[in-house]
Parts: sequence; structure tokens; C-alpha cells
Amino acid sequence: MASAPKGLRLFRNLNAKIAALPMIFTTLVVFVGGTLWTVFYSFTDSKLLPRERFVGFDQYERLWSNSLWVTSIQNILFFGAMSLVFTIVMGFVLAALMDQKIRFEDTFRTIMLYPFALSFVVTGLVWQWILNPDLGIQHIVREMGWTSFNFDPMNNPDTVLYGLLIAGLWQGTGFTMVLMLSGLRGIDEDIWKAVKVDGIPTWKAYVFVIIPMMRPVFITVLVLAAAGIIRLYDLVVAQTSGGPGISSQVPAMYVYRYMFAAQNLGQGFAASTMMLLSVLIVLIPWAYLEFGGKKRG
Amino acid sequence: MASITTNIAAHDAQGAARGPKPRRALSPRNIMLYGTLIVMCLYYLLPLWVMVMTSLKGMPEIRLGNIFSPPLEITFEPWVKAWSTACTGLNCDGLSRGFWNSVQITVPSVIISIIVASVNGYALVNWKFKGSEVFFTILIFGSFIPYQIMLYPMVILLREAGLYGSLGGLVLVHTIFGMPILTLLFRNYFSSLPEELFKAARVDGAGFWGIYFRIMLPMSLPMFVVALILQVTGIWNDFLFGVVFTKPEIYPMTVQLNNIVNSVQGVKEYNVNMAATMLTGLVPLIIYFASGKLFVRGIAAGAVKG
Repeated sequence: MASAPKGLRLFRNLNAKIAALPMIFTTLVVFVGGTLWTVFYSFTDSKLLPRERFVGFDQYERLWSNSLWVTSIQNILFFGAMSLVFTIVMGFVLAALMDQKIRFEDTFRTIMLYPFALSFVVTGLVWQWILNPDLGIQHIVREMGWTSFNFDPMNNPDTVLYGLLIAGLWQGTGFTMVLMLSGLRGIDEDIWKAVKVDGIPTWKAYVFVIIPMMRPVFITVLVLAAAGIIRLYDLVVAQTSGGPGISSQVPAMYVYRYMFAAQNLGQGFAASTMMLLSVLIVLIPWAYLEFGGKKRG
Repeated sequence: MASITTNIAAHDAQGAARGPKPRRALSPRNIMLYGTLIVMCLYYLLPLWVMVMTSLKGMPEIRLGNIFSPPLEITFEPWVKAWSTACTGLNCDGLSRGFWNSVQITVPSVIISIIVASVNGYALVNWKFKGSEVFFTILIFGSFIPYQIMLYPMVILLREAGLYGSLGGLVLVHTIFGMPILTLLFRNYFSSLPEELFKAARVDGAGFWGIYFRIMLPMSLPMFVVALILQVTGIWNDFLFGVVFTKPEIYPMTVQLNNIVNSVQGVKEYNVNMAATMLTGLVPLIIYFASGKLFVRGIAAGAVKG
């Protein structure tokens, strides 16, 4: 490209810079600026409006002594762990089954993936209805004669998270399956031939040969699922509204409550900063594995 | 990140199937295999079945019966009620209001975000300037940051611009938060086009916009379709931004649906609720079934959005 005179460097590629203005605005003002702004004001005692009266870590101390927040964190940890395990196991098993030269593969995939097109609000409301104890699954099994049958996860604080899990897995596992299947299809045919020649049983081949080879896909699934879990919000609002009591509250609901309903901005900022911190804990090891791991091959 | 998503998009499950050769149709292995798949499909299909069946029943039949059984007497009344008379608070004009709000939000958001991101991706590939890669990296990392941390600063920005609580404000929010994934999508696609094309056009004297409109745009129509699918479903299904950045009169459909179904007043009308849920899910479902494999490509690319 033609070189411009030195004093005009800023104007070189001017059209491209104008075209990139929305990106520059988004990254600098919204992403970097917005994040720093929130972190900064999480050290103030802002109530209805943000104000610069600093209180150190006061908001964080209050946050961690608030049982609503502590419950939210316990819930997201439990839900997250269960969700990660089931997402990966179900996603992989389904993908392995789909990879057996089956008939009607497109039909099966269409059925497993359609929930992913639906919103979490729709997902939450449908499962709220199916798990309704008076008219849903519990009612039907009792009608069939098993009168002592108990399946009412939504109204019991100890099991409500399983109710959310059933709905969350319904919505998302089809997508994990698609990712895993593309990983399986990416494995060289010769590997399978070698496994055949050596007479290794199929399940052993999957566990000891195929899964280690699919490490990048597993990491992608793990990161995406974890990022989704931390953001978990709409599903809970629609399916349980955080109840019964506070037994299914999650951090994103806490942030919303303090920022927009309880008008205690400082708390909301501190809580969202904690959410950011948890994302960084997921993201940094992943970035290290993804970009640092390549050199090792 | 970029390489993973393009790999997925490239493969999207069309490579040759692996595993042992097919055997007799009714071997124990096949029974196990198809049995498991069919049971899993029942889990995935059950909610859709229940939604449709419930929405076609009258309330007396729902109270007596079985949520899985088909209606004895089909009625479309719940659908009519959900669409035109269901109440949220004091408004009793049904989900139609939310539907049209969502249309008014989705159409401009989709168009603007795709235009901005495609031009941006093009600039990043063909017109690199100092710092452009840094901005791109921040953009991609930004897509992982929880939205909660950027909500309040965004409220302030919109308020300063006089857009808070308006449709225009929400369009701006969707354009901003859709930018990472769409830019990634277009950047990857444009960088896969042969560079000679671009160079030849430069030699012929075409400028930034000339090359974009006459070469890049016509060559990347499939990517525009993928972006369209991704954005329509994503924006239609949004709930958080709809709650935070709008006011009740212009709530999108998802928010209004939640308010109708989870309202505490009055008798629960399950059939109307399910009809309303079905109505809200209809737009993304139609897109899903109409787009087929392109949807898989779109969401594989959109996976980064999480």
C-alpha cells in the first residue's frame, strides 16, 4: 500500500478507521471502560445513584455476610458442577451413539438440537408445567396406580436445583452433542483401523484413545458451559423465580435485585465484580491451555 | 478460539461416519443403540408435545386429565386469548403487544449489527491499522465478561444519549453486545477469501467501500445468512436486556411472556400459558426448522457467545 507522509499517519487508512469506530467505541468505552467503572464504584457506598464516597472493601464484606449471596454462590457451585458433569457425559455419549453409522441421523440431530433454538424463558416455563406436582409427571404416575410416587422437585428446597438441571440439560445438551460429534468426525479413520487391528474393545478405544485426542473439543465445551452457568439468569427467573424461599437464587439475580430493585448500587457492583472474578478464574487457565498449549502440540 | 469455531463450522457433522460396519438390523447392538437414542429423543420431544397438547385443551379437561394425552376436544381459544386478551398488570391486550415490540426490536438490531460487524470484519482483515488486532482481542475477551458488570455503565450511557427505556436504546445494546461474535464470524470468513481478489481490485483503483460493496458483500452472502439466523434467534430470545433497558410498554415478548405466566393474581390458566409459551417459541423454531444445517453452522460460530 502507498505510504503516506509521516505527519499524516493518523489519516492513513482513514476509511478503515472510520469503519472500525463502532468496535473501538465498544471495546474501549463499554467493555474496558464499563468494567473498570463498575469495579471502581464497587468500593463506594453508592445507593440510589453512584457517588464517590469510598468505603474500601465494606461492600464485599457485606456481600459475603449476606445469606442471600452465600446461598446464591452455593447454588451456582452445585448446579454448575452437576451441569458440567451431565453436559459432558450426555453430550459425549449421544455423540458417540450418533457416530455409529446410524440411520435417520439428521432426524435424531434435529430432535436433539431444537431446544437450543428456544429461549431460557420458554424452557423454564415448560418444565415448570411438566414438573407441576398436581397435574404433571407426579400426578400421572400416581394415576397409573403407584400412589406413593413422589416427584416434586420444584417445591422442595433440597431438590429444586435438580428441577432446574433437568430443564437446563434439555435446552443445552443437543448443542454439546453437535460439538462433540464434530470432534469425533475429525478423528482420522486410520486411528480406528489401528484400534481394530489391535483388537481393542470399542469402549476402551473411546476412553483411552479417542477422548484424549478430543481434548480441544472437551475444553471448548467446558469453557462454553462454564461461561453459560455463571450467567444463569433467565431460566431461574422463569422456572422458579429463585424459590421456594431463596433456595434457587443465583448470583445474576442478586446483582439485578440490588442494582435495579433494592437501589443499593454498591452491593450490585460488588456482586457483579465477584462474577467477573469467577469468569477470569475460568478464562485465564483456558487461555493458557489454548494459546500456550499449541507450542507443545 | 477462532480456529476451533471455524473447524466446527467446516465439519458440521458431514464427514464420513466412523465406527464398525452396520450389521443385521435387529442385532442386540442395534436394539441398544436405537433404543437409547429413541429414549433420549422422548426426553427432548416431551416438552414440545406437552406444550402443544396443553395449549389445545380446555381448562376443565386439564384439571381432570393427563398432561401427556392429546385433547379430547380441540380448542383454539387459549391461543386466541394468549395472543389478544391475556393480562400483564393492567394491560389486557395479550402477547400481541410483546410480539410487535420484539419485531420492532429484532429487525433494526439484526440489520444494524450485521452491517456494523461485517464492515468491521472486512476492515480487520484487509485494512489492518496499528492497534486493530488489539481491539479485536479485547472484543473477543469482552464477549466472555458477564453482562452484569457492564449493565449500569450502559444505563448511564443510554441515559446521557437520551435513549434509556426506548427501542432505539435496546437496538444499540444488541448491536454492541452482538459485535464480538459477528465480527469474529465475518473476520474469519473474509480472511478465507483469496487475497489476490482484494489486490486486483486495489490495482484497478477500487477504494475501501468500493471493494466492500462490489466484491466482499456479494461473495459472503452465505455468511450473512448465518449471521441473520444467529442474530434473529439470539435477539428474539433475549430476556436480560429487555428487562433492564426497556419499560413495560415496550417489553419484548420473552419478558411479557414471563410476566403473564408467572403473575400471582388470578387463577392459573395453564392452557393459555402454554399457548403463550408456544407463541413466543414459534419464531426461533420456524427459523430452526427452515434453516437446517445453516443453523448448526450459525450456533457453532455463536458458541463463543455462550
